Amino acid sequence: MAMTEFQTVFGSLKNYEKGDIEIIDDDKKNYTFSNVFEIASKSAPYERVVVGKNLEYVLETIRAEGTSDWYTTSHDEFALVMDGYVELDLVKLDNPETIAPPEKEGAVKLKGDPEGKKMGLIKMKRGHQALLPVGAAYRFRAPDSDAVGVILMQTCKGEESIEKWAEICYT
Amino acid sequence: MAASEVEVSASPVSNETGYRSFELGEFGFARDEYFVYISWTAKGQKLSHTMSADAFLRATMRCVAWGFFYGWLNFDDIFGTQQLYGRVKFYAGRFSPAFHDQGLDHEEIFETPRAMATFKEMLADWTNDGYDPFAAPDETGLSWIGKKNGSNEEAIGREREVCRRMPGLPGDAPLRTDESGRPVNRAFADVPQDQPEVHAEPGFEGEVHAHNLFGYLSRSDVTWNPSVSSIVKQSLFCPTTEEYILPVKHGNDRMEWFIQLSDQIDWEIEDKETGRPRAKVIMKAGDVSIMPADIRHQGFSKKRSMLLVWENGNPDLPAMYEKGELPVNLSGEF
Ligand SMILES: [Fe+2]
Repeated sequence: MAMTEFQTVFGSLKNYEKGDIEIIDDDKKNYTFSNVFEIASKSAPYERVVVGKNLEYVLETIRAEGTSDWYTTSHDEFALVMDGYVELDLVKLDNPETIAPPEKEGAVKLKGDPEGKKMGLIKMKRGHQALLPVGAAYRFRAPDSDAVGVILMQTCKGEESIEKWAEICYT
Repeated sequence: MAASEVEVSASPVSNETGYRSFELGEFGFARDEYFVYISWTAKGQKLSHTMSADAFLRATMRCVAWGFFYGWLNFDDIFGTQQLYGRVKFYAGRFSPAFHDQGLDHEEIFETPRAMATFKEMLADWTNDGYDPFAAPDETGLSWIGKKNGSNEEAIGREREVCRRMPGLPGDAPLRTDESGRPVNRAFADVPQDQPEVHAEPGFEGEVHAHNLFGYLSRSDVTWNPSVSSIVKQSLFCPTTEEYILPVKHGNDRMEWFIQLSDQIDWEIEDKETGRPRAKVIMKAGDVSIMPADIRHQGFSKKRSMLLVWENGNPDLPAMYEKGELPVNLSGEF
């Protein structure tokens, strides 16, 4: 096979094709089968829809459109951009534990703007993954309405996590 | 006990084929020009299982690279290994009702260093020059066929790439670049290689970090061999690139999640105990699916694809599943 024969297919909000389950002796529900682009196409901006769960750990799908609220966590999180263009602002919080104490898992929404030192800015496109470090507040910005973002979050289940399995999965 | 200090039971070199044969407990392993023969005794009868040497070497390579991984690594419907964390069980016929129902299966538990040392020596002896058991068939030769002809220590000695937090952070696993000898794979030549724009304020350079994960994956030189590329407590992102057939039918001792990042993989799902087909899960880019804890699965990827395997590395999980404390899937959440 020559190199030119290969075309890598990524999904996007505008162009995705959901797979399927062929049942022989089983139940589609056993696979909690969803598609992040389909979910994001129906989500409100920055709603954190759980697409994967393994005890306290979750994967969340986020539709990044416009500017998000500020969030922080008592642990690292990672954001993988699956589509679009997303900017990420990071601020080192002066008192992170007053917002997200160590025993509290998952993202916590800040009331208003963060108090602390500016850490930096990251500009991301499809396939780019960023660390959201513990102790930092972050917000996403997706300024381009033609490049709405889809983010896959690696995090823990928290008060912002929304579970709606029957709506997103094959049943 | 290091693997190198463990004694491996091997025969002298065969005059006919140039390969050695191996014994591990009551299991025998031999290869010739085309096949590997696994033998055991049950009910006083000698039994054997014949596999393509190509398929056997691909599966053995994953056992070695993954340290026997999580759960069951079925080489096919007959032979496989079960992870017991510190020890490993080898079995023949255990999950094949035709053997098991008649008591003709065989299981034996070994200390992991001994099993690992045996597999490593077998792999080294049986891998010929020019054959790479990590590569897709399109990328490697047919030199697995035939009598012993050289070796390929470089291919089989690759270390699994495991980060502590995220590759590219100071002191963490390196990113993959042309300069570090990690060119873009032929099947991912069209994957953008640009890195995210990172603007860190002074003093925060070591914490403001992002990289091109898809670019990183496009530079993987192995198939069906997850690396660990981001970690939240025990939540592990284990992305991998897949082409052709997963060399084992993986049975889980916990729930495993798949996120198809690019292209397509078809998964054949079988009952873990009997091997009876249950479903075929067809995953395309953006799809997310669980691999339940009571099945075994084998993937087929025509075009080299990017798969994000998501694991919960909590060491207590297998015991919790065994006691029935955890559901095997999430169907109860609907
Ligand atoms: Fe698996």
